Amino acid sequence: MILKIAWRNIWRNPLRSWIVIAALIVGMYAGVFTTTFMYGWMMQRLKSGIETETSHIQIQKPGFKLAEDVNLFFESDTLIRDLERQGDIVCASGRLVVSAMVASAEKAVGIQVLGVDAGKDSLVVDVSEKLVEGAWFSGVKRHPVVVGQELAKELKLKLRSKLIVRFQDCNGDFTGGAFRVAGIFKTNNTGFDGGNMFVRDADLQKLLLIPKGMSHQIVIRCTDPTRVDIVRNSIEQFAKGLRVESWREISPELGYITETMNAYMYVFVMIILMALGFGVVNTMLMVVMERVHEIGMLMAIGMKRHQIFQMIVYETSMLALVGGLIGVAAGIITTHWTGKSGINLSMWAEGLAEMGYDSIIYPQYNFQMVSGVVGLVLFTGLVASVYPAIKALKLNPSQALQSV
Amino acid sequence: MSIIRIKNLHKVYSQKQIPVKALNGVDLTFDEGEFTALVAPSGAGKTTFLNLLGGLDLPTEGSVEIGGVRIDQLSSAEKTKFRLTNIGFVFQAYNLIPVLTASENIEFIMELQGISKRERAVRSRELLEAVGIPDKANVRPLQLSGGQQQRVAVARALASKPKFVLADEPTANLDSKSTENLLDIMLQLNKKENITFIFATHDARVVKMARRVITFEDGKVINDEVR
Ligand SMILES: Nc1ncnc2c1ncn2[C@@H]1O[C@H](COP(=O)(O)OP(=O)(O)O)[C@@H](O)[C@H]1O
Ligand SMILES: [Mg+2]
Repeated sequence: MILKIAWRNIWRNPLRSWIVIAALIVGMYAGVFTTTFMYGWMMQRLKSGIETETSHIQIQKPGFKLAEDVNLFFESDTLIRDLERQGDIVCASGRLVVSAMVASAEKAVGIQVLGVDAGKDSLVVDVSEKLVEGAWFSGVKRHPVVVGQELAKELKLKLRSKLIVRFQDCNGDFTGGAFRVAGIFKTNNTGFDGGNMFVRDADLQKLLLIPKGMSHQIVIRCTDPTRVDIVRNSIEQFAKGLRVESWREISPELGYITETMNAYMYVFVMIILMALGFGVVNTMLMVVMERVHEIGMLMAIGMKRHQIFQMIVYETSMLALVGGLIGVAAGIITTHWTGKSGINLSMWAEGLAEMGYDSIIYPQYNFQMVSGVVGLVLFTGLVASVYPAIKALKLNPSQALQSV
Repeated sequence: MSIIRIKNLHKVYSQKQIPVKALNGVDLTFDEGEFTALVAPSGAGKTTFLNLLGGLDLPTEGSVEIGGVRIDQLSSAEKTKFRLTNIGFVFQAYNLIPVLTASENIEFIMELQGISKRERAVRSRELLEAVGIPDKANVRPLQLSGGQQQRVAVARALASKPKFVLADEPTANLDSKSTENLLDIMLQLNKKENITFIFATHDARVVKMARRVITFEDGKVINDEVR
């Protein structure tokens, strides 16, 4: 019955309770929606980072970084065949990678040239789906190249424009070739679009003088994105002498996104709750002061101190929970709703794309996050109740009964 | 046989600059089945006396023994438990838990005592009948008249089957009719169930009904007569 008393006590002063509840609703709504918004945004970045740029797993020779040393290639055909026999892998595709200078009629810039298997590479990453003009290596017969929109802009390239690519072959001699633009892609990340271009592996292989069946890198797509680390470890067992890395190792900043987001959310929600918690404490202190006589009466008729304490704790926690839960629920509903249509930030989003972030944001939440927030609300209610409850405990029954 | 023995009871309130001597050496005994009025003007120490008797406050000097237990020597938790099972309280006003209905108010005490739900419901119905308002079981205190509230308070005080009931000016806020009704009910309970009632009052209507009248003045007993 203590619970019943506590619940009904909340509604003795409905206006005051509703003000506290409304504050909690607004606070928690803002807290939840902001975090789901940020989370959705980050997850989009993560997803496009993995699915467009890094792939799930990469295999390279140790020391091969930044496409600097063209001699660090390895025999890849048999390894790819072995990999694809594994159930966990959708596709594995070999790549040649070289740092180059690329020049159009206008000017020259440094770039990373990726020699890919036109058919298989698009099963691993989705650049081929991000074309804004032209096609993935078709439409140009000799030396087709697919460039990013950013590079195209910089070099004033159009479809079928010719560009000259210069690099060192595997003997250390300067070489190069002329390529023609077959397609132009645009991802969320302008940095990626400006720094990478795709050519056919056979074309690059001839220019680099690297034998057939060799690659600098194998990119892999796993069936289950949550099992990437397990697959990576099992590949490491038989890819002897090679370095196997998951996207987390290739792009640590992507891996931190989830962790950072969780920490960010907890800090953010805790700050909001702390502010709201003071409001709750204040209200409950008023409640205790108003009910001094009543508490004295309860003590006189035989209610134990811990039961009085319990009553105040229940009342405070329920007050916090009602507001908190409505706010969280409203936040989730909004997330759900905007998560489908997305929120278009493109009017303000000039700079976002440069950092690889989408300008249409689809808020997202996960169970762990929501239960964490609900837990924090409950925790706040409990903490906020301690001081008023102690105040109530300290009352002396005979004096409490004298106050009106 | 006396169930309450009070010896040399003193109470000095010293929170303020000038200490107030509210009780100044009271020696009294009470027997089972008494129907007694403590009569005194305001400020003579009636409430103080009842609070000490009910273990709501500590005496400055002297002892309160109830059924062989020195309640002034119990810890605060023990006193609470003692009150729950031995003493019923009726105050001047605001006796009831405002958010609970009449029957819930009565049952709450029994729940604190750990009595089963079934028994609680039966007893609360009996008690509301005994105080003459069985139809008000599901009404909250604020919807009851002052007299009805005090009847519920009496029923609630009896719910725990206490050894005695302490009532501090229970009729102070009631009109003559309600006062008469309430006193009738208490007298009935006293006669039928042999429940001990001790009132503090300065209400002549109450004094008239009492079988023993103890008069206080300046924290001392100046008269004690049995009629
Ligand atoms: N908590 C207290 N602090 C200081 N003085 C008190 C306190 N309670 C009562 N008194 C004083 O003690 C005296 C007796 O009070 P009380 O027992 O309430 O008398 P009554 O109930 O007969 O009116 C009064 O002078 C009152 O002012
Ligand atoms: Mg008094």
